Amino acid sequence: MHSFGYRANALLTFAITILAVMCAIASISDNFNTPSPTSQVQVLNINWFRNKADGDDEVSMTMNISADLQSLFTWNTKQVFVFLAAEYETPQNSLNQVSLWDGIIPAKEHARFYIHTTNKYRFVDQGSNLRERDFNMTLHWHVMPKTGKMFADKIVMTGFRLPRSYR
Amino acid sequence: MGWIGEQIDSVKSMQFRQLLTQAISLGMIVTSALIIWKGLMCITGSESPVVVVLSGSMEPGFKRGDILFLHMSKDPIRAGEIVVFNVDGREIPIVHRVIKVHEREDSGEVDVLTKGDNNFGDDRLLYAEGQMWLQRHHIMGRAVGFLPYVGWVTIIMTEQPIIKYILIGALGLLVITSKE
Repeated sequence: MHSFGYRANALLTFAITILAVMCAIASISDNFNTPSPTSQVQVLNINWFRNKADGDDEVSMTMNISADLQSLFTWNTKQVFVFLAAEYETPQNSLNQVSLWDGIIPAKEHARFYIHTTNKYRFVDQGSNLRERDFNMTLHWHVMPKTGKMFADKIVMTGFRLPRSYR
Repeated sequence: MGWIGEQIDSVKSMQFRQLLTQAISLGMIVTSALIIWKGLMCITGSESPVVVVLSGSMEPGFKRGDILFLHMSKDPIRAGEIVVFNVDGREIPIVHRVIKVHEREDSGEVDVLTKGDNNFGDDRLLYAEGQMWLQRHHIMGRAVGFLPYVGWVTIIMTEQPIIKYILIGALGLLVITSKE
């Protein structure tokens, strides 16, 4: 009963149980955080807008994206993955979400940012439904913890519209 | 030398009933592990409720050796979700993030494009020949939670199978020679 083997086994089991409980508590503590993020997007310029050879529309734009996501960080946060998606509806598709830009925020200090960029990923439709299309710019974020449950949420910014004709 | 002699004596002195009891206890442990695994599969609705991250394509969020808890619900797949999918012809599941979603109005079916956070380009290179989108049936689950480092045990056992054999051998030896 007091051999090395039994003691090592008991110690190891206890250590692992305590570790698991600590991870669970760390994750639960994230629920007490009430975030209040803000963001703003401006489309500065439509660089070009065309119909590709395979029949799909494509648009390229330059945007200003600014956001304050500092309230999302807790002590259990490893990083926040943030991306901006253009969301719109077409006669063929009830929902289209196209990610235009994404970034990783590793720490609270970097969570308030302002960037000026063209779309990192191509804004391509399935078909040619983009002319004069209304769309929302939705800033999504994904809080990735050091251990435990991940949280995701978004801010929807409406009021954007694509030009009537190709350029 | 004396220790080995003792072990051989203890093996010889065991009665048949004791051996049977030990075999049944071992069987109980294995089957309860199986029950927990299958139960998890039912609760999370996913074929593999826990996966190990094998590549560095989602760093710095998920590193090699982390484990992810998956959940699959009937909710539609939306951009930003981290999904685990199987490509036809590849047996290893891939864990990446959804960056484009096109959902059909009439059928509700969805075309999805994924990309690893740490990769430069999207996953079209990883999909099967000629495949441009993933559909719902390719996706095994969404990642909802994660634990760091715990998956290294699985990685080591898969890449150096000798360690797996050593562990099972040692466990078997322990069961046979314990006096309970």
